[in-house]
Amino acid sequence: MNAINPATHGIGMSVRGLRKRFGALDVLRGIDLDVAAGEFVAIIGRSGCGKSTLLRILAGLDQASEGTLRLGAGDSRARLMFQEPRLLPWAHVIDNVEIGLGADGGKDHVRAVAALRAVGLTDKAKAWPGTLSGGQKQRVALARALVSRPRFLALDEPLGALDALTRIEMQGLLEQVWQEQRFTAVLVTHDVSEALLLADRVVMIESGEVAMDIPISLPRPRRHGSAELGALEDVILDRLLGSAPARSV
Amino acid sequence: MSDAVFNPGEESSRLAALPLSLLNRDALAARVRQSRLTPWLLPCLLLAAWQIGAQTGLISDDILPAPVDVAFSAWRLTLSGALGHNIAISFRRAMSGFAIGGGIAFALGLSNGVSRISERLTDTTLQMVRNIPNLSLIPLVILWFGIEEQAKLFLTAFGVFFPVYINTFHGVRAVDAQLIEMGRSYGMTRWTLFRRVVLPGALPSIFVGIRYALGIMWLTLIVSESIAADAGIGHMAMQAREFMQTDVVVLAILIYAALGKIADSLVRLLERRALAWHPSFGKGRR
Repeated sequence: MNAINPATHGIGMSVRGLRKRFGALDVLRGIDLDVAAGEFVAIIGRSGCGKSTLLRILAGLDQASEGTLRLGAGDSRARLMFQEPRLLPWAHVIDNVEIGLGADGGKDHVRAVAALRAVGLTDKAKAWPGTLSGGQKQRVALARALVSRPRFLALDEPLGALDALTRIEMQGLLEQVWQEQRFTAVLVTHDVSEALLLADRVVMIESGEVAMDIPISLPRPRRHGSAELGALEDVILDRLLGSAPARSV
Repeated sequence: MSDAVFNPGEESSRLAALPLSLLNRDALAARVRQSRLTPWLLPCLLLAAWQIGAQTGLISDDILPAPVDVAFSAWRLTLSGALGHNIAISFRRAMSGFAIGGGIAFALGLSNGVSRISERLTDTTLQMVRNIPNLSLIPLVILWFGIEEQAKLFLTAFGVFFPVYINTFHGVRAVDAQLIEMGRSYGMTRWTLFRRVVLPGALPSIFVGIRYALGIMWLTLIVSESIAADAGIGHMAMQAREFMQTDVVVLAILIYAALGKIADSLVRLLERRALAWHPSFGKGRR
């Protein structure tokens, strides 16, 4: 029934020598990164390491100062999810989802309802966003991002503001829709366990450079608190903390 | 002497001994809180006190005629058609002035909010003009237009302009930049972005401007009609003053109050419908 070929729906991308400067500040200092079509990549790093900037450039929201970004053939429009749901408070939930169809999508009620069903919020179609909980709002934002069947979903700390339980639920939902639709997903997070839970690959950015790039080949669905995840998390956290600037005691 | 001293212990024990009356008092309080008539309680009491004061001669007829006399003169003027005529004229003046001043202000507020170039071109000038109290222009306006309609229109439009302009401008500028970024990332055109994000986002602030402007609109109209007019409520009041018809003067004041209240209520109704999504305006709130 699903017309999408899992192997080809996502878009591949290739980054070479990517630099970004804000005035005198070098935020990204020569990033090389390849993302395969349909891959789920998590980008982690300390605050201010440049991971969000990298994502915004990948998603076409910002321009690089130097370097190349090559995207696979075909529709390369990215859909974004931010830490804030960014719903229009004056539009009903269903109308917010329809925004995701983009300028050429027009009003396609059927697709919007289907997208809402995928995140389990059909009964909230006519609600105002202001009446929803934080997790529900983020699910609407996910429906809006997915309604146009994007080939690339860029996620900038989308679960950062949610409580622990809602977060676990949303992680499950994200993995499920990714497995169904096989878009390419790039997730920026500072939660190492979230990165390990969801991603095929974890890329660590440090002072604007790729410091670590490890494939995570654990079978899915992965469980919170499993031993393998724990061991990997320790390695990554040690590296993150070890690279901390020397603190005076 | 000693039995006049207030004893809080005794008071509270008396209250505790009468739980039934307390219960009734709570029930009464709840009714007072919920009833739609409650806001009208004070005006009615004031009206009654005024009537009694006037009837007993406590308030001289020349200073403040009894409400019944005012009502009677309202009836008399309605029958002669003078009241309806004057209200219609004042109302038309108010609305035309509001439409002209508010319309220009709305357009400028939007364009200055959206475009930096437009803001740089006009905002400084507007801020300078804003500091002129509109009523100080009366002598100049009389020299320009005499006591013709344009004089009142100009003053009202001028007074209405700034609250609408400033609040529209501020509303547009205060729209969440994150929502605008969201709209852009979803490929909204400039027009769609304006229609779906900027304008609805600015609307609460625009309504504040409109309600504020309505107050200034009546104020300006009253003053300009009192000074130079040949018809309208203000003119009716000034003429009545010359004939010592205090009841008509009071009637004019009450009509201004009623007109102001009606205009404000209309905008509130509009506000509640347009801002149904807003937690402070939606159903269940005032």
